[in-house]
Amino acid sequence: MTSYLLFIGTIAAIYSLLSLGLVVSWGQTGMVNLGLVGFFGLGAYCSALLTKFGAPIGVGWVAGAALSAAIGVAFCLLTRTLRGDYLAIVTLGFGEGLRLVELNERWLTGGSDGISGIRAPLKDTLGDLYPWFYFALAWALVALVVWVLTRILGSPFGRALRAVRDDEKIAAVAGKNVLRLKCQAFGIGAALFGLAGALYAHLTSYISPDNFVVQLTIYIFLAVTAGGYSRLIGAVFGSLAVLTILESSRFAAEYIPGLSAVQIASLREFAIAVALIVIMQLRPQGVFGLRNERAGAGAIDATSSAPTVATASK
Amino acid sequence: MFTEFAQYVLNGLVLGALIALPALGLTLIFSVQGFVNFSVAAQMTVGAYAAWLAGAYLGWSSILMLLFAFLVPGMLGVAADRLALAPIRRQSGAHTALMLAVVSIALNLAIENALRFLFGSNLNSFDIPVERNLQIWGLSVGPQQLRNLVTALLIAVALAAFFSLTRWGKAMRAVADNTDLARLKGIEPRNLANLATFIGMGLAGIGGSLLAIDTSVDPSTGSRLILVIFSASVLGGLTSLYGAVLGALIIGVMGEVAMIAMPPVYQSLTAFLAILFILLVKPTGLLVGAEGVRK
Repeated sequence: MTSYLLFIGTIAAIYSLLSLGLVVSWGQTGMVNLGLVGFFGLGAYCSALLTKFGAPIGVGWVAGAALSAAIGVAFCLLTRTLRGDYLAIVTLGFGEGLRLVELNERWLTGGSDGISGIRAPLKDTLGDLYPWFYFALAWALVALVVWVLTRILGSPFGRALRAVRDDEKIAAVAGKNVLRLKCQAFGIGAALFGLAGALYAHLTSYISPDNFVVQLTIYIFLAVTAGGYSRLIGAVFGSLAVLTILESSRFAAEYIPGLSAVQIASLREFAIAVALIVIMQLRPQGVFGLRNERAGAGAIDATSSAPTVATASK
Repeated sequence: MFTEFAQYVLNGLVLGALIALPALGLTLIFSVQGFVNFSVAAQMTVGAYAAWLAGAYLGWSSILMLLFAFLVPGMLGVAADRLALAPIRRQSGAHTALMLAVVSIALNLAIENALRFLFGSNLNSFDIPVERNLQIWGLSVGPQQLRNLVTALLIAVALAAFFSLTRWGKAMRAVADNTDLARLKGIEPRNLANLATFIGMGLAGIGGSLLAIDTSVDPSTGSRLILVIFSASVLGGLTSLYGAVLGALIIGVMGEVAMIAMPPVYQSLTAFLAILFILLVKPTGLLVGAEGVRK
C-alpha cells in the first residue's frame, strides 16, 4: 500500500509539472495547447533514448525539457498567424501526429511495444528507499518550478504575458513584442511538459504510445481548471484532486458488481470528463479563483466570464 | 503509371466524400455557434452504432438505417449541447470559444466512454457479403464504396437544396457569411443554434455510419478520423460549407496520393501537414465569406 501511495504521489508531482506548464501558456498567456501530451511524449522518448545510449539521467531530463521547449518555440513561430481555435486544432494534430510517429517508427521508438528497461537514478544504491527518493525528488522539482515561476510571473515579464492574454492589441500598442512573449510562454510550458515526460519515463522504466493519449490532456485541463486556471498553487492542488478522483474511482468501481474491466475503465473516464464539464459550468475560475492580477486593460475575461459565481464567492 | 495515379485519386475522392459529411457538420456548427465542437468525432461513432443496431441487429432497410444514423446523433448532439455547452456559452468572455473547445473534448470523451460502457471495445462489422470490385477503364472500385459515394453526393445535394431554398437554410448561410449583417437583418444566430447542431451532428452520424459500413464499428471509429475531418474543415475556412466539401476532397485525394511516397499509417499526418502548410500561406483557409473569418 505504501509503495502504491508513493507511486501515485510521484505521478501527482508529474501531473503538477504538466499543470504548471499549462498555467504558463494557457492561464497566463491565453494560448491553448491541446497537444501537451505530444510534448510530454517528446520529453519521455528523448530522455529514455539518450540514457539508453549511455547519457547520464540528469542530461536526459535537461535534454528532454530543452528539446520540448525548442519544438514548442518553433511550433509557436510556425503558427503565429493562427487564431485561437485554429491553434487548438493544430496543437491537437501535433499531439496525435507525434503519437503516430511513436507508434510507427519502430527502429527508434519500438513501436507499440515501447521502450522498456529505462534506467532509474540510483535505484541499485538506494534499494528500498528508492521510491521515497524519487517521490521527494519529483516534489522538490515541483517546489523549485513553483518558486521560479512565482518569480517570473510576478515580474514585469509576467504582467506582459497577462496583458497579451487579456488584449493582444493593447499589449502591442503598449510596445510589447507580442509574438516573442507568446513564444516564450509557449516554450516554458513545453519545457515543463517535456520535463514531466522525462520524469515519467524514468519513474515507470517503460513508455509506449499508449501512455501519450488525449485522455491525459483532459486530466491536465481538468486539474488546471479545477485549481483556477491562472494560479500556480491551483495547478498543484488541481493535480492532487484529479488523481484522487481517478484513483478513488478505481476502488469505488470494485463495489459495483457485474462490471467488466472495460466498463470500469470507461466509467472512470466518463466520470472525469463529466467532472470537467461540471466544474467549467459551475466555477470556471476554479477553487482558487483569479487574484487581482490582471494587467488592467482587458478586464473582461475574469469578471464577466462568471458574474454570478464570482460575486457569490467573494 | 497514369492508371495507378488515377486509382489513388479515385480512392481519395471516395474517402473525401465520406469525410465531407462530418466536415460539413463541423463547419455548420462552427458557422452558427462560433466554436469548434470536438464532440463531432464521438457523434460519428454514435451514428455508426445507430446504423449497426438498425442494420445488422434489427435488419432495417438501408434508407431507414441511414435515417436512424442521422436522427440519433442529431438528437443526442442537441441534448449534449444544451446540457454541457450552453451554460458555458452564456458566460460570454474573451476565452469562451476556447473554453467551449476544451469542454467539447471532454464531452467527446464522455460520449465515447458511454459507448464503450454499453457496447464494449470490440469491433463490430456489418454483415455485408463480400463483393467483387468493379473494373472501369482499368480502375477498380468496391460496390459498397460506390454506394457510399452516391449516398454522400445525394445528401450533399439535399443539403444544398436546403441551404438555397428554405428560409432556415438561407438564414444559416447568412450567419455563416456575416454574423453582424445577419443580425442587422433580424436573424438571431442563437435561434438557429439547435437546428444547426441537429443537422451538423446528424451529418456526422451519417458520415460515421458510411465509414463503419466500409470498415467496422468500435468506440473510437470517429476519433480515428478526427484529424482528417478537422483538416478538411479548416482547409475550407471553417465557415464555408462549400469550402468544407472542397477541403474534404482535397484532403482525401492528398492523403491517398501521398501514400505513393509514404507508408499508409501516416495518412492522417499528411492531412495535418497539409493544413499546416496551407494555413501558413493563407491563415483563413481556402474559402471564407466576404467579410473574412467570423469574430
